Amino acid sequence: MPSAAGDALATTARAGVLGLQGDFAEHLTTLRDLGVEAVDVRRPEQLDEIDALIIPGGESTTIGKLAAHYGIIPKLKERAAAGMPVWGTCAGAIFIATDVPGHPHPLAGLMDMTVERNAFGRQVDSFEADLDVGPLGPEPFHAVFIRAPKITRVGPGVEVLARLGDGGAEAPGREATIVAARQGTLLATSFHPELTHDARFHRYFLSLGKR
Amino acid sequence: MASQSPGGQNGSTGTWTLKTGLAQMLKGGVIMDVVTAEHAKIAEDAGAVAVMALERVPADIRAAGGVARMSDPDMILRIMDAVTIPVMAKCRIGHFVEAQVLQAIGVDYVDESEVLTPADVQYHVKKHDFKVPFVCGARDLGEALRRIDEGAAMIRSKGEAGTGNIVEAVTHLRAITSAITELATLDESHVMQKAEQYHVPLALVKDVAKNGKLPVVLFCAGGIATPADAALTMQLGAEGNFVGSGIFKSAHPARTAKAVVEATTHFNDAKLIADVSRSLGEPMRGLTLETIPAAERLAVRGR
Repeated sequence: MPSAAGDALATTARAGVLGLQGDFAEHLTTLRDLGVEAVDVRRPEQLDEIDALIIPGGESTTIGKLAAHYGIIPKLKERAAAGMPVWGTCAGAIFIATDVPGHPHPLAGLMDMTVERNAFGRQVDSFEADLDVGPLGPEPFHAVFIRAPKITRVGPGVEVLARLGDGGAEAPGREATIVAARQGTLLATSFHPELTHDARFHRYFLSLGKR
Repeated sequence: MASQSPGGQNGSTGTWTLKTGLAQMLKGGVIMDVVTAEHAKIAEDAGAVAVMALERVPADIRAAGGVARMSDPDMILRIMDAVTIPVMAKCRIGHFVEAQVLQAIGVDYVDESEVLTPADVQYHVKKHDFKVPFVCGARDLGEALRRIDEGAAMIRSKGEAGTGNIVEAVTHLRAITSAITELATLDESHVMQKAEQYHVPLALVKDVAKNGKLPVVLFCAGGIATPADAALTMQLGAEGNFVGSGIFKSAHPARTAKAVVEATTHFNDAKLIADVSRSLGEPMRGLTLETIPAAERLAVRGR
């Protein structure tokens, strides 16, 4: 099923973005610009109507509490176990991690990794950096880190896609930190591809469903 | 507006993308005024996306009278220690040293706020000079754009803080959104007139006319007291809510806070809003605008 936007996209008929809180509208815009039907998901039953789900940036405590309260987490676990691609950006990465030290709130616990919250400091320490991301090709990916988490441990089934420092980010304490990873059809990024005008990460995510 | 170009240098901090980006992460959420670490924990547990640390909520500032200033840094630091969500704090309009102090202690957002007594009757803080992002209040589109031109990375309606009365917030939100809608219908010469009238660069007005929205996130503030109030502002085009006195002046702060969060998320779901509104007890008592003397109105501070 080739399409104008590339055959990777044709495999995802309908993508969802968890719309409880955060920058879900930016993800929806990027998906729609790629020609994908994209819907805002706020209820568990909507998870049956989509082929892929993005958990956006936002406040992980807020998103976690609301998702637990509305019964979204059990349904999400079921769909992810059945192979539905799920991508968490920043707060979303925290949401899907199996281990978040000190996190007092419910998490989906889908991806075998430890994610440390607010790991680079407060807002004045937020930064932008160019990353080398293997699957996206040779051109660096410009990444926006806002009160961002670090992926401090990955399990044996998890492939590291990007580290800070690989693309020349020179600030102390940031080198070699894992900021993007994949486990099968699950994807996690510490940064926000939805805030820059580069849809390569969204294309890559949409291609995971057919692997 | 050189600092507003998208995509900073590799390794750069304090860029326009990072400042406006944090506000984008707060969208669909509720930012709550808190005066103690205990309040901050209640707010975080209720699902607040951020807290505003201040010594007195606006209703008490209003009641106390006198000069209202930046809070004690020690009190702000205790709140920063108590929660993991972003912490905001207020400086007086034009008081750039209070803003420098707040940046130095590491708050995540500075609110240059009319709730405090203005320090400068002519100038606001030059916000592009700071690494920390700023949110500012506005009553209409011209005021919003002047603040953005000065470097505000987030706008909130002013409303009339500390009243528990939503009427002014509704007026200000409608003024902003209807002026944006009108811009899209204007030809080039009338857009130029608007830029002159607002005292802002033409490029900024053209950007709003083209995109049909502000270039930064727009929240509502000033008078939200119930879950229905919170949903009302969202249906009118706000992208999130600041709730000040409305939480901790209510009969049951923790329940009210949670209900306001849910109503903000599901602002189009009347049945859910009905459910969360049941048996919340007394909201804050509230003030009608007619009972507030002109000299005690906060929204008129700063133009």
